[in-house]
Amino acid sequence: MSHNKRRSFLVASAAGLGTVALGVAVAPGIRLIEVSHANPVRPAGQPASSAVRWGMLVDTTRCATGCDDCVKACAAENGINETVADKRQGAQWIRKIDIKEAKTGRQHSLPMMCQHCANPPCVDVCPTGASMKRADGIVLVDRHVCIGCRYCMMACPYKARSFVHQPLSGQNPEVPRGLGCVESCTLCVHRVDKGQQPACVESCTTAGHNALLFGDLNDPNSEISRRAAAAATSQIRADLKLNTGVRYQGI
Amino acid sequence: MLRTLLHLIAAAALAAASLAAQAGGVPKPVVKIENPGKCIAPADEMRRNHMEMLKHQRDLTLREGVRGAAAGKAASLNGCIECHASKQTGSVTGGKESFCESCHSYAAVKLDCWDCHQPKAGYKATGAKP
Ligand code: HEC
Ligand code: HEC
Ligand code: HEC
Repeated sequence: MSHNKRRSFLVASAAGLGTVALGVAVAPGIRLIEVSHANPVRPAGQPASSAVRWGMLVDTTRCATGCDDCVKACAAENGINETVADKRQGAQWIRKIDIKEAKTGRQHSLPMMCQHCANPPCVDVCPTGASMKRADGIVLVDRHVCIGCRYCMMACPYKARSFVHQPLSGQNPEVPRGLGCVESCTLCVHRVDKGQQPACVESCTTAGHNALLFGDLNDPNSEISRRAAAAATSQIRADLKLNTGVRYQGI
Repeated sequence: MLRTLLHLIAAAALAAASLAAQAGGVPKPVVKIENPGKCIAPADEMRRNHMEMLKHQRDLTLREGVRGAAAGKAASLNGCIECHASKQTGSVTGGKESFCESCHSYAAVKLDCWDCHQPKAGYKATGAKP
């Protein structure tokens, strides 16, 4: 059985067993949770917990130039369907960038999005409290409170936020978004709260690229923590000491 | 005698009022319940307090990540839409007879919720790479 086939078999059996069985050891050292990447569903009525810190690991060695499966999946999931008159004003939930080391010519392609900082500058500068960090580390815009001043867009070193300049329609019921507010990657908070993965991660995994890994950075047994413990990972603009939730491998 | 007279005057006033209503002088809100059953709270409480309930739930869900309620029913906006959307248009808004608009246009309340929130029940969104 090829590696890929075995993998999808394990995913299928994990799905069959349901969430209760996830995390059960199938063999010494091998847990189903590693394969399915499923995260627990928070019971109804319970707030997000600070015991968890959601994060993402981008393996740039597996991220191909020209591939934008994650960007497409993000747009489909979050109902990003508008055409903007000025390209510079387009939604920036996730984008692909290609970088090249000037001296050696080594090239990388990687997705750039909200880095879900532990010390987010966007939250520091927000005059209304709309820019906020949820207990589990997800940085969000509370668009009920956002007045559209765009200070946060200026403060973000990753250019990860964008402003909606036009009336929108056809939104995903689970992802309200509209004119006059700043928005950015929510780490698919509506999916994560249901025990699912962010859409970009799911699409990257389903397509077999496996460049994106989502999980709990606070849990030493999560696959993301173990990968981060085993391989060298970096934070973009680590010098700013923002302690990002999105980590990169291979750059 | 006086009592009877007062009653008569009252009755005449009422008749005049209902005539005015019939003539369209007072556009009464139409509240059509599409899916009979129970709301998340008794109807009179809903009429009076739904805005407070929604605002409370909004902050709870977005800022604290609370989904649903441990006991009872959460005042989820998507929840209202699933139960209250018109069977004809699939929506809770658009047109003075739609559920979230009939009372509001009567009371001159304007909601901005639909700038962002999808007012249609069971809506499936699509997207394209920006
Ligand atoms: C500028 C965009 C925007 C506007 C306008 C807006 N919302 Fe929201 N709303 C959001 C976002 C974003 C969420 C978070 C969705 C999530 O994570 O589930 C949300 C979530 C909610 C929730 C919790 C989710 C649910 O379905 O129960 C409620 C309740 C809510 N909003 C109520 C309102 C009400 C009432 C109004 C109008 C007075 C309103 N919102 C206007 C963007 C908006
Ligand atoms: C489970 C389905 C369901 C959900 C969810 C629901 N409703 Fe209702 N609602 C009903 C039904 C059925 C009635 C009629 C109940 C009655 O007359 O006793 C009703 C009545 C009402 C009324 C009173 C209408 C009148 O008679 O004047 C208001 C206002 C209302 N709902 C608002 C809301 C709002 C706002 C929400 C979301 C926070 C909501 N409902 C969620 C089913 C629902
Ligand atoms: C029975 C009549 C009635 C129905 C039906 C109704 N509303 Fe209201 N709503 C009102 C009234 C009256 C007010 C204004 C109350 C005030 O100003 O004190 C109001 C106010 C609101 C507000 C606060 C507006 C603001 O600017 O502060 C929100 C939000 C709201 N309604 C949401 C809804 C939604 C969503 C629905 C449909 C699910 C709905 N309402 C259906 C009567 C109704």
